[in-house]
Amino acid sequence: MNPTDTAFIIICAALVMFMTPGLALFYAGMTRSKNVLGTMMQSFAAIGVITLVWIFWGYSLAFGTDVYGLIGGLDFVGMAGVGMEPHESIATNLPHMVFMIFQCMFAIITPALITGAFAERMRFSAFLLFIVLWCTFVYAPLCHWVWGGGWMYEMGALDFAGGAVVHMSSASAALAAVLVIGKRKGWGKRSFLPHNLPMTMIGTALLWFGWFGFNAGSALAADGLAGNAFVTTHIAAGTAMLAWIFAEWKLHGKPTTLGAASGAVAGLVAITPAAGFVGIMPSVIIGLGAGVFCYYGVSLKSRFGYDDSLDVVGIHGIGGIWGALATGLFASTAINPAGADGLFYGNPSQLWIQFVSVVATCVFAFTMSYVLLKIISLVTPLRVTDEEEEAGLDVAIHSESAYQA
Amino acid sequence: MKRVEIITRPYKLDEIKEALTGIGIQGMTVTDVRGFGRQRGHKEVYRGAEYQVDFVSKVKIEVVIDEDLLDQTLEVIQTAAKTGKIGDGKIFISTIDNAIRIRTGESGGSAL
Repeated sequence: MNPTDTAFIIICAALVMFMTPGLALFYAGMTRSKNVLGTMMQSFAAIGVITLVWIFWGYSLAFGTDVYGLIGGLDFVGMAGVGMEPHESIATNLPHMVFMIFQCMFAIITPALITGAFAERMRFSAFLLFIVLWCTFVYAPLCHWVWGGGWMYEMGALDFAGGAVVHMSSASAALAAVLVIGKRKGWGKRSFLPHNLPMTMIGTALLWFGWFGFNAGSALAADGLAGNAFVTTHIAAGTAMLAWIFAEWKLHGKPTTLGAASGAVAGLVAITPAAGFVGIMPSVIIGLGAGVFCYYGVSLKSRFGYDDSLDVVGIHGIGGIWGALATGLFASTAINPAGADGLFYGNPSQLWIQFVSVVATCVFAFTMSYVLLKIISLVTPLRVTDEEEEAGLDVAIHSESAYQA
Repeated sequence: MKRVEIITRPYKLDEIKEALTGIGIQGMTVTDVRGFGRQRGHKEVYRGAEYQVDFVSKVKIEVVIDEDLLDQTLEVIQTAAKTGKIGDGKIFISTIDNAIRIRTGESGGSAL
């Protein structure tokens, strides 16, 4: 066990935890003033629900002994064998429970990301049921495939901090959710405008700050690689923020704060799979691509007519796919000997591997999420009644108002 | 007695207030309002999508004055509020039956 690494990862776990309240602010600022609490409540509830799922069975399904490359075994159910000593093969430099809780924070924010898609209309009880099932049947298997020694790991797919596990999976689930749950009442007729963009800016700041724990911490050690991930993360976020605001400045005539916030998050998403495999200059290019591609990505919903309220697909989906493919272009063993070289470093096959991981992640997460939501809808309605939707989730579901007149 | 109701651009409030106090008007009531006339609304852009915002923020100023001050009042308001562009707003004039100052019980012109 390494005490320096242990201290670092404990702090990183706290940073990643902080991202979920940050996400709550990021999303809540973009909703209408009658749905602020309902939106924040979903993120906060995920912190409690997923923590329990994780310790009882989620962690074991993700990191237990591999079963045919598909899922982890039941060795760690109820935290059996997860204590203060390191595990013999998983993160041997850290107390096993420190590794477990660091991973737990990732499992929490991933379903919270999906909430942006069905914001302003999903029932709280159906939501709780959904995230329990989703963490069990979508997140845990995917996490196992990529980080727990499953088939994607064996295939050599590179995903440093969760481009596939966190971002593509949540975005695919988001798309499935909006197709099953349907549009908000009045979509396309009325304008749904953000009620408090300063709140969204504060949320963006917290996400950016927490993301350092997310990406640098994914080195799982306090070393040079963690430093590299920290730096590439910051560069990509800053570059993508500028790319987005310059793109909209040129196309719509004005640079906007929501554009700055969206661009920064897009850059953070795109660098996530690459942070510990690429160098400085590639991180600039990844940021540039993220800002521009995601700027166009958010317009897909009006073109295809689905109501992804807060653009989970446009930002986490497009940004995640770009990041995964860019990892296949720019990865270098000079940065991370445990990784692989990408196309521009003489290994075109890595791009193919990344492509396969993108398709597999998106198809799996989309299909499973679609099926899970259909099953839940047989048990309990997924969305609030029209009357509740009109009144707003805050009063209708939680009997509270965010703002008193 | 006349009531003069002015609905106009919010940033013109200070100029109008000074113009009105400048001719001896001693009180007014100001409300933030939303609405539209020929100006219609305006466009806002969020994540590259344009949204039409129908109701524009305006300010409503109400004063109640003696009838012989009316012409002068209307003149100074128009001078202060006019930009010549769509959206300058409107003035509505109506007759008031009576006014009472609650503190003293005075009524009519001396209550203003």
